Amino acid sequence: MREKPILRVGTKFLIPFILMFALYVQFHGDFGPGGGFQAGVIFASAFILYAIVFGIAHARRALPAGIRRLLLSLGVLIYAGTGVLALAEGGRFLDYSSLAAQPVLGQHVGIFLVEFGVGMTVFAAMTTIFFVFASRDPSAREQD
Amino acid sequence: MSLILDTLSWALMLGGAGFVLIGTLGLLRLPDVFTRLHGAGMTDTMGAGLLVLGMLLQAPDWLVMVKLVLIVVFLAFTSPMTSHALARAAILDGIKPWLRQADKGDAP
Repeated sequence: MREKPILRVGTKFLIPFILMFALYVQFHGDFGPGGGFQAGVIFASAFILYAIVFGIAHARRALPAGIRRLLLSLGVLIYAGTGVLALAEGGRFLDYSSLAAQPVLGQHVGIFLVEFGVGMTVFAAMTTIFFVFASRDPSAREQD
Repeated sequence: MSLILDTLSWALMLGGAGFVLIGTLGLLRLPDVFTRLHGAGMTDTMGAGLLVLGMLLQAPDWLVMVKLVLIVVFLAFTSPMTSHALARAAILDGIKPWLRQADKGDAP
């Protein structure tokens, strides 16, 4: 690895905060600005920053393709599963009110699950797009 | 009391805006990558710093204050890092820093 101490130390300091902010945006999305899509993009940006500073190979080891594919499909499954669950509980597709005894509680649970699925899929999609584009550049492969 | 705070916060915010203006002028008018980075870096540190300081005096409660202080802390970390990364990339790309050439006399 080439020497870039300032960038490496700074990135190591920043990445935990980026991940924590993404989780804040994810789970505070019901009450404030934010939600699954934004949280997924911020979560992915932490990994993309890591890949830019430490090299694609290290980032690939931290986030293997299998896990990315799993998260990509699991998020969609959670989203659609919530809808089907609402259908099975006697409501309409993605009608959260039927998920719990009280409609308001059901709406909380439903939006929480759906946003969680969206965040998961967006995170996996963003990192996958970045890795695919980054590995097209032959000079990026040499540096790793 | 509130008049003093308002005046102080407005003075700080106007000062910050002045720094942002000077930094932008530098970004547009300076001759090469490194001097332009210097102009852009001043926008982040002094400009944003004074602006947030002015906003701190207007903050309604401590939660907003903590968030504003966090913004300053993270700007203070990330802005020099990005300036460093850009300057480093420019040097590695083989760009020579601009020096005044008295004999040729070409204006920037």
